[in-house]
Amino acid sequence: MDISDFYDTFFEEAEELLADMERLLLDLDVDDPDGEDLNAIFRAAHSIKGGAGTFGFTVLQETTHLLENLLDHTRRGELKLRRDIVDTFLETKDMLHDQLDAYRNGGEPDAEAFERISRMLQQMALDELGQGEAVKTTKPDPEPAPDTGDSGQAEIDHDDVGVAAARRLSITLANVSDKDRELLVEELQHFGTISSQSGDVARYRVLLDSNESQNDIEAVLCFIIEPEQLSIEVEGTGAVEDLAAPPAATSVSEMASPAAQAFSETDKDAPGGAAPPRGPGKPSGKSAKGSESSTIRVPVDKVDQIINLVGELIITQSMLEQTASDLDIVSHGPLVNGMNLLQRNARDLQESVMSIRMMPMDYVFSRFPRLVRDLAAKLGKDVELVTEGKSTELDKSLIERIIDPLTHLVRNSLDHGLESPDKREAAGKSPTGRLTLSAQHQGGNILIEVIDDGAGLNRERILAKARSSGLAVTDSMSDDDVWQLIFAPGFSTAEQVSDVSGRGVGMDVVKRNIQEMGGHVEILSKPGRGTTTRIVLPLTLAILDGMSIRCGNETFLLPLNAVLESLQPQTDDIYSMAGDDQLLKVRDEYLPIIALHHALDVTGAKTELTAAIAVIVQGEGRRYALLVDDLVGQQQVVVKNLETNYRKVPGISAATILGDGSVALILDIADLHRLDRCKSQQRHEAKHQHLQEVSLA
Amino acid sequence: MSAQANTNAPANDAASSEYLVFSLGDEEYAVDILKVQEIRGYENVTRIANVPEFIKGVTNLRGVIVPIIDLRLKFHLDKIEYGGQTVVIVVNVDDRIVGIVVDGVSDVMSLAPDQIKPAPEFGVTLSSDYLSGIGSLEDRMLVLVDIEKLLTHEEMQLVERTAESA
Repeated sequence: MDISDFYDTFFEEAEELLADMERLLLDLDVDDPDGEDLNAIFRAAHSIKGGAGTFGFTVLQETTHLLENLLDHTRRGELKLRRDIVDTFLETKDMLHDQLDAYRNGGEPDAEAFERISRMLQQMALDELGQGEAVKTTKPDPEPAPDTGDSGQAEIDHDDVGVAAARRLSITLANVSDKDRELLVEELQHFGTISSQSGDVARYRVLLDSNESQNDIEAVLCFIIEPEQLSIEVEGTGAVEDLAAPPAATSVSEMASPAAQAFSETDKDAPGGAAPPRGPGKPSGKSAKGSESSTIRVPVDKVDQIINLVGELIITQSMLEQTASDLDIVSHGPLVNGMNLLQRNARDLQESVMSIRMMPMDYVFSRFPRLVRDLAAKLGKDVELVTEGKSTELDKSLIERIIDPLTHLVRNSLDHGLESPDKREAAGKSPTGRLTLSAQHQGGNILIEVIDDGAGLNRERILAKARSSGLAVTDSMSDDDVWQLIFAPGFSTAEQVSDVSGRGVGMDVVKRNIQEMGGHVEILSKPGRGTTTRIVLPLTLAILDGMSIRCGNETFLLPLNAVLESLQPQTDDIYSMAGDDQLLKVRDEYLPIIALHHALDVTGAKTELTAAIAVIVQGEGRRYALLVDDLVGQQQVVVKNLETNYRKVPGISAATILGDGSVALILDIADLHRLDRCKSQQRHEAKHQHLQEVSLA
Repeated sequence: MSAQANTNAPANDAASSEYLVFSLGDEEYAVDILKVQEIRGYENVTRIANVPEFIKGVTNLRGVIVPIIDLRLKFHLDKIEYGGQTVVIVVNVDDRIVGIVVDGVSDVMSLAPDQIKPAPEFGVTLSSDYLSGIGSLEDRMLVLVDIEKLLTHEEMQLVERTAESA
């Protein structure tokens, strides 16, 4: 197996670690940082560095190294955190992310950016620690030891990969059973020569001459025992001193000398009384263990394959059920019972398989603290971000597509919604604005809300803007209708086009994206109280609640959420307009009539309007009456993509497989409307063109 | 043209390639057997509106929606009623699965490179662009169809164009 096979795993892990790092950095209380959090941040940087080193991603390794050094000082309380330091750390994290992307795409990271960030970090080390780390080389450099330390035993927390010379290591095993001990000693022999070993179960000491790093040894031993049971120390005295340059004995001046720099791979955790007592080896050993046991990484297409197969199973099951329902229950009792059992099991299976694709909303929400923090700082606003319902689950494909629209909404709320602190105070509100992101289930839908307690939408300004951009508006429009105006293309009430919003990629894109996902957006707003933008999404794209209808002898499916009502048209309610077009009066509304058989050329359908059924449907804000022959019933169907092997078909959004194994097409309400328009206008033209093509072919 | 036909024909001089032979009326056609995924009967095809006539619709192939194309209609042969002999050759080209309706499948033939002649350059209805040559086998003539070209270039784009103009 080639080492590059592990690249993907590393990239994914590194990405997660970076995300963790960012989250922890953001949560950090600058004045009183939590030690455990600092350790966790340090560990994340350390793990990335280790991986980067293993895979030869030098730039990434060096950047993390610099960051790690600073984090280490922070962790030990030598570097006092400030907001701008955290900012620098965050910036470094972004840089690491860029580097990671570069490596992932098979390139080399931007050298200039690396130079800049490493200078910045080095400068910070210089300024904050006031120590002569005159580091200009791009090699990972040893840190200045804060203290010369007593040359005796040094506790080693961390180590760099690969150590040049052999040293004597004192390995202490605490509370290790005899059997495990034997195993461990055997393992240790692979690392070097064991010069002596003694002790009992509670405390067993092994002296080992080895040129392996403590980290490597730790990592191996931790397969057998817990990191807490293990401590590895460098014997800094005696005969080995000549062989190696034990870091314990290195002083600041020595470290800065070129000779010491050449030994750049020595321990960077300098010894001394300042070092807090920590369980050595805790970081890498533990985190790796913890995550391995509880999750596995599976490519999405494998999951999708299972989902497909389960879909097949469901279809087969309903085919069987149809056949079995014709049988006499008395004489086929066991079969019928078996069928019921099969049905239940199949449904359960489907449910649990579908849940694999579900991801918690935290995946989306977790990227906002950073965004809000940066943006609020840029806009000079004080914002508190609250997230609710982080564990609410949503289909993976949806969760990835919701990020952009949600980012846009959050930016909007920050830029337009929330006021500046002095304006807020003048309005009698707390100077800190509050932005809430919430997610919750409601029936088969998920509600995602972006709530701000800002100024609310300005009705007059929206109306004025709408007028100036030529939209049809009246002063008597309901608030809800007015709010919907901001979804019109090119609509922005931002007085100034800022860096943040008002750049044209507007709310119309948000709305379109969400509609493409089968959802819709609502806005609730009160002047002075704030605005709530509510996104309603189906839980999954893979299953659709459909209404099956019949036209001629063909069956189609309508998405149930597009269906408002159905009725039998009466002659009195049908009006014609401009000759061809017909309108149906439903209560006080006149709706255009679209005959399905006309749009989709169905033969043998009921052409008499009053004999057909009118289904009132709504899609992309358009409402019309769709004429069909019959309603068959409601059912849940598994959505199948038509484009996999074919292409987009006008008026059709996807297909599904019915109980009898045949394919039924799912109608695209909005597209059907467009299609009908086109067909009426271009029927003649299209025919002509088709004939031409036929003769050309 | 002939140069192209030669390169499309089995490239290795020594190795002969295997072809699946099918019939449309009295004519015999053949496709590269490596492109063929399976052969099945014609059943349960759901019509799609507003597409060219030769696209019969879509069917369910073990949970995958697959378009079905009638080669008779594509090649402008007479329309016939589908019967028990009518089969669908399911081919896999360019990561797409497409079903082709033909009158019947006769056999699998092995053709050596010297048995494959360049396609003639007339072809009014059947463009020589998507023929990879003519296979001559004693007294039989096999029209070798480059199914990949037929389905990806000509066919699929034709579908795209018609749909856009409709």
